[in-house]
Amino acid sequence: MNSGLRLFPEEASTQAPATDTLFLILMIVSAAIIILVVTLVITFSLRYRRGTKANRGPLRDIISREFEIGWTAGTCFLALFLFWWSGSADLSTLVPPRDAMEIHVVGKQWMWKTQHANGAREINALHVPVNEPVRLVMTSEDVIHSFYVPDFRIKRDVLPGRYTETWFNATKTGTYHLFCTQFCGTEHSRMIGEIVVMPKDEFSKWLHEQPQSADISKEGAALYASLGCASCHEGKSRVQAPRLAGVYGSAVHLRDGRIFTADDAYIRDAILEPDKHVVAGYEPLMPSFEGLVGDDEILRLTAYIRSLKGKGRAG
Amino acid sequence: MTDITVGQNPPKPAPVDAPAHSYLDTPSLWSWLATTEHKRIAILYAITVTFFFLIGSGAMAVIRLELMTPQADVVSDEAYNRLFTLHGVVMVWFFLIPSIPTIFGNFLIPLMIGAKDLAFPRLNLISWYLNLLGGLFVIYVLISGGVDTGWTFYTPYSTMFANGAVIAAAAGVFFAGFSSIATGINFIATIHMLRTKGMTWFRLPLFVWAMYAVSLVFILATPVLAITLVLISAERYFGLPIFDPANGGDPLLFQHLFWFYSHPAVYIMILPAMGVVSEVITCFARRKVFGYTFMVYALVAIAAISFFVWGHHMFVSGMSPYAGLVFSLLSFVVAVPSAIKVFNWTGTLFRGQITFEAPMLYALGFLGLFTVVGLTGLFLASIPIDVHVHDTYFVIAHFHYIMVGGSLSALYAALHFWWPKITGKMYPESWARFAAIMMFFGFNFTFFPQFILGYLGMPRRYHVYPPEFQALHVISSTGASVLAAAYLLPILYLTWSLFTHRNAPNNPWNATGLEWQTTSPPPPENFTRPPVVNKEPYDYEEDRDPDRPANPQLAGAGS
Repeated sequence: MNSGLRLFPEEASTQAPATDTLFLILMIVSAAIIILVVTLVITFSLRYRRGTKANRGPLRDIISREFEIGWTAGTCFLALFLFWWSGSADLSTLVPPRDAMEIHVVGKQWMWKTQHANGAREINALHVPVNEPVRLVMTSEDVIHSFYVPDFRIKRDVLPGRYTETWFNATKTGTYHLFCTQFCGTEHSRMIGEIVVMPKDEFSKWLHEQPQSADISKEGAALYASLGCASCHEGKSRVQAPRLAGVYGSAVHLRDGRIFTADDAYIRDAILEPDKHVVAGYEPLMPSFEGLVGDDEILRLTAYIRSLKGKGRAG
Repeated sequence: MTDITVGQNPPKPAPVDAPAHSYLDTPSLWSWLATTEHKRIAILYAITVTFFFLIGSGAMAVIRLELMTPQADVVSDEAYNRLFTLHGVVMVWFFLIPSIPTIFGNFLIPLMIGAKDLAFPRLNLISWYLNLLGGLFVIYVLISGGVDTGWTFYTPYSTMFANGAVIAAAAGVFFAGFSSIATGINFIATIHMLRTKGMTWFRLPLFVWAMYAVSLVFILATPVLAITLVLISAERYFGLPIFDPANGGDPLLFQHLFWFYSHPAVYIMILPAMGVVSEVITCFARRKVFGYTFMVYALVAIAAISFFVWGHHMFVSGMSPYAGLVFSLLSFVVAVPSAIKVFNWTGTLFRGQITFEAPMLYALGFLGLFTVVGLTGLFLASIPIDVHVHDTYFVIAHFHYIMVGGSLSALYAALHFWWPKITGKMYPESWARFAAIMMFFGFNFTFFPQFILGYLGMPRRYHVYPPEFQALHVISSTGASVLAAAYLLPILYLTWSLFTHRNAPNNPWNATGLEWQTTSPPPPENFTRPPVVNKEPYDYEEDRDPDRPANPQLAGAGS
């Protein structure tokens, strides 16, 4: 972080070279068009300034018409080609790799809270291993924020009341800026942090040195018990509710015919607005936990439900 | 030359020194405040728009000063946020959106189509008072301490979290919006109903077409803004759950509604500029505009497509990525009519008799800067690049190129081009050329570094920032001072010209538009007899003799 004049950001993730290639191609196209327009304007300005002896006869209509059609078609093809290219570049990075490690991010005025799968928490910082895909599951406690790491070329808004996701695969060790880029109030410009990319072995060492709060899914299990979820969802009472083991990531068929994939967002909605997500074959009996559980707790419950995957189908 | 005859006889040029009577004749304050005459209302708008331009610029001066260093040293976080909100709200709704339509559109549309006034003169006056009412709300907001939501009023911040007079600010914008709607209705009715004999649709000057296109956007988009502002006030004041997810609302709904208006609003700012530039370039190239019908269709196409690209403001918002792709495609498509315009303006220079008076310098500057805007628009339409530069200084630079580089250059071009007609006075040409060149360089000096800053990752709306961005911020702030001088200089010499300078002839540029066929300044009824049009627009072809001075009345004054 020196204060000299930098002109190009660091390329520190797999996304960065992809974005930069597109950027450079567009730079070349733009430079060519600007040079063309400026050259024409200057040439015409000199050649046809008042008083020169250039030919000034009227243009035949057919010629000007051909020019019009020519450059309309030309820009049209260029636009479609650029769309195709940037669109496919975008689609190819849409879905994170399946084995990506998951990190939870909560934004609030004016700090970033991050939590690793084993429960280690950080404030305004995130340590990650190099060359390993990382998926961020993000939500906000108050207003809209935006999670931006310029050197990774990633950004995603962080919204209250729902989850958004993004992912990256850091390729260079080092410390990188994390900025909030959605205006969020007085100290918006101080809602910054750092992403520390470490070699894998150092990272696992670091992770184990963290004050271990319980594993995030174990915390979730404790919550699950204390909120009384088990009494219905594990069939210990007469009330029937769907089993949750193995549900994470599977398709859920609702009574009204809709089909959802049980991801973080679905589970959140199912906890907060159970009436709207009644599973086919069950009665709408579950009470809403709106106001009873906060964002952090929902994240832990979700982690617990996800951890039930292994015990899966058998139960 | 009389390409366009007025009645049977070309009008006798009115005595240059003392027009028989002009719309400026009755000086009493009441005669101005109660006027229904389009030319006087244009002057009223010019006064309020200039006032708000100075307020908005003042806010920016403090911001650019603050950004000279990475730490906070001039104002507090809170004050900084209020300053950029003030800058945005004032510049967008009280300067850029009204500027060219309400000043030059009001003044010129009836003159250009040979009418006595707009279709609804009293509605026109009401528009100004509505704009003024909106402006008073903004002044109230300013005095009561300001608002810190940014001009975009994003929810739930604006409805549930922000301090300050959000509702008053929303009310200000709401009334300004109604002023725009009334102006739009007035322009559309006027252009449909009051064209003089022989002024067919395809003989309309492109400036009038641009005003027609912008009026369509005014009346179709602004009501959505009005509804959105009412919903914000309802949630903030009554707690109606609309956008706040804590009560089951949807914050993305706000963004869809807001950008459904605010993207077309960008075209509200640029379409009039395109109209101005078409008038100026044809006049000083002494050449028919290249591809008139294509220019008309391009204007209308830009206005139409502008309604379908709002989602490109929301690529990182959490909107469906597939919706994002559709908006990306449409955003690339809007480049096509924009490119047609650039190539046609360039083509108009071909085989012309070009001279370089100040309005032409501004127009050529516009041409270059608009090309940069169109091309950086392609970057922002590409989703992977937009994800990186969204809400950074790259976007700031991009929209200042269109709003300041584009609209403001065109506004200054219009100001110089029609100054003789509006005031009856010539401006000092060499000062004006100097200011035009200074503005072009000052502008690039200020905003080009911001493209680099943005790609480096400098977020917008940051009061303090990491030290590695300082060098580029210092360059930008230095450029801003050059730019400020370039804006103030014309205000000074134009004001000075009112009192001392030469009286203007009726047609100082030897231009073909109907507005040049009446006296400078025009009489209250515009034309002594209804003019008749029997030629295509921009019929400069007779003016081909290279030895003939471009502007007979100006011969010897520069060039």
